[in-house]
Amino acid sequence: MSAAPLLKVQDLGVTFRSSGKETMASANVSFELRQGEVLAVVGESGSGKSVSALALTRLLPGEPTCTITGKAWLDGRDLLDLDETEISKVRGKEIAYVFQDPGTSLNPVYTIGFQIGEAVRIHNHHVTNVEAAVIKALEEVHINDPRKVANQYPHELSGGMQQRAMIAMALACNPRILIADEPTTALDVTIQKEIMDLLGRLRKERGMSILLITHNFGIVANFADHVQVMRHGRVVESGTAEHVMNHPTDPYTKGLIACIPRLGQRRRRLTTLNEELSQS
Amino acid sequence: MSIAPSALLEIRNLSVHYPGRANWFFQSAEPKRAVDGISFTIPKGKTVGLVGESGSGKSTTGKAIIKLAPLTSGQILYQGADIGSMGNAGFLPWRKMIQMIFQDPYNSLNPRSDVLGILSEPLEIHFPDMSKSEREQRCAELLRDVKLPPEHLRRHPHEFSGGQRQRIGIARALAVQPELIICDEPVSALDVSVQAEVVNLLQDLQEKLGLTYLFIAHDLAVVEHVSDHILVMSKGQIVEQGLPSEILSNPQHAYTKTLLAAVPRF
Repeated sequence: MSAAPLLKVQDLGVTFRSSGKETMASANVSFELRQGEVLAVVGESGSGKSVSALALTRLLPGEPTCTITGKAWLDGRDLLDLDETEISKVRGKEIAYVFQDPGTSLNPVYTIGFQIGEAVRIHNHHVTNVEAAVIKALEEVHINDPRKVANQYPHELSGGMQQRAMIAMALACNPRILIADEPTTALDVTIQKEIMDLLGRLRKERGMSILLITHNFGIVANFADHVQVMRHGRVVESGTAEHVMNHPTDPYTKGLIACIPRLGQRRRRLTTLNEELSQS
Repeated sequence: MSIAPSALLEIRNLSVHYPGRANWFFQSAEPKRAVDGISFTIPKGKTVGLVGESGSGKSTTGKAIIKLAPLTSGQILYQGADIGSMGNAGFLPWRKMIQMIFQDPYNSLNPRSDVLGILSEPLEIHFPDMSKSEREQRCAELLRDVKLPPEHLRRHPHEFSGGQRQRIGIARALAVQPELIICDEPVSALDVSVQAEVVNLLQDLQEKLGLTYLFIAHDLAVVEHVSDHILVMSKGQIVEQGLPSEILSNPQHAYTKTLLAAVPRF
């Protein structure tokens, strides 16, 4: 049953070096991502989850500031071995990113249409009608008036609309893997649900794989197939989403799940991570 | 509870309208009705939760109470005194009673000032008679109240994590010994693990100091956890209000149902 993984990461490590001091951001991170599968990487700020994802396409400063070790095979090619021209063909085309804060990831001086078109022009030379491709990309993320939005600047859109535009941009080149780095953290809960539903639908329709990075176990449920929990740059627990959420073994995972307030279960106090960690 | 607690703050028919921008022919457009005729009360020592999505007017409501947003009409009664109609000078003694905690701990602290400076400023304004050493002692106490070591007084905001910065924001609000704190999305920008710590801290402080909170947020799960009474706001109006258990088990308004459905369940 197990098809070959689309992306196989082995012993990925990232170390930063600044003024003679070395800081290990992540170490020994290994995972596999199959086609159409969603893997959630969960952890607090500073746990190394974003850095590991950025390292895959080397969106980090080069040597000597930052050293990346390990292997990341995409279709039998080691991404970490590719030269700069080759890796830039992977970015956006094979692996696309959606970041946390749409307000700062969009360029404020270009229209939404131009920015989506840019991705198409760079990666898909055969597309002659870029405008039509832009409109289609906006339609796919459920933007009602794609022509109008294409001519608008980022500041004219709400946070939810900006994030849709970011997703449209990421999907414009039909990537096989979408890395969503805290895609809903900056958004309202109602918009959060809309964006997660949208990602879920796109994954089904396109058979796209998603690497979801989040600090909130709440959005992992009903969305991810597999979960990997990171702390201090290391993986502390991994397994199927159902198993990890229902039977967490690591105290850190337990704490992360327990600290989320739940509707209709009013407790005197919320459980904090420290309490959970000190119990074990 | 045998007797109904007295209202600390009473809002009557509050409206905040921003003028629409005039068009080419100098015809002014319709005003933007950010808050449109809302009324509610906050009982002393209780927490009233105000939920709604971005643009619903919930933050404007909080700002209008402490004159950070212009009042179009309506009354704001603080223990019977109409603070809404007061000028800035007349309002000063009440401003001490009402403090605010902001959403974004990264932008609400002065990056050039150390923690001592940040916490001293409100003391200098509202307690001008305090000596320098008294102020410093009070600031150290405040840090202890929010569970930060007093040695941190000499540090600057960039040396702290998001959760620690929010604690400093809370300490600053507590500095002048307020009765009512308006918490404007105090945990929305924080990781869930840090969110739990800050929510617990706010509840501990309420118990210890007898504080009253207006807790503004978009996440119904958090609001339900902290509130004694919930107001649901949409398009400038309060569309539903009640006890947390009522809102949860029997939501009346379509918008409340949408908010409930948006909370992840597992």
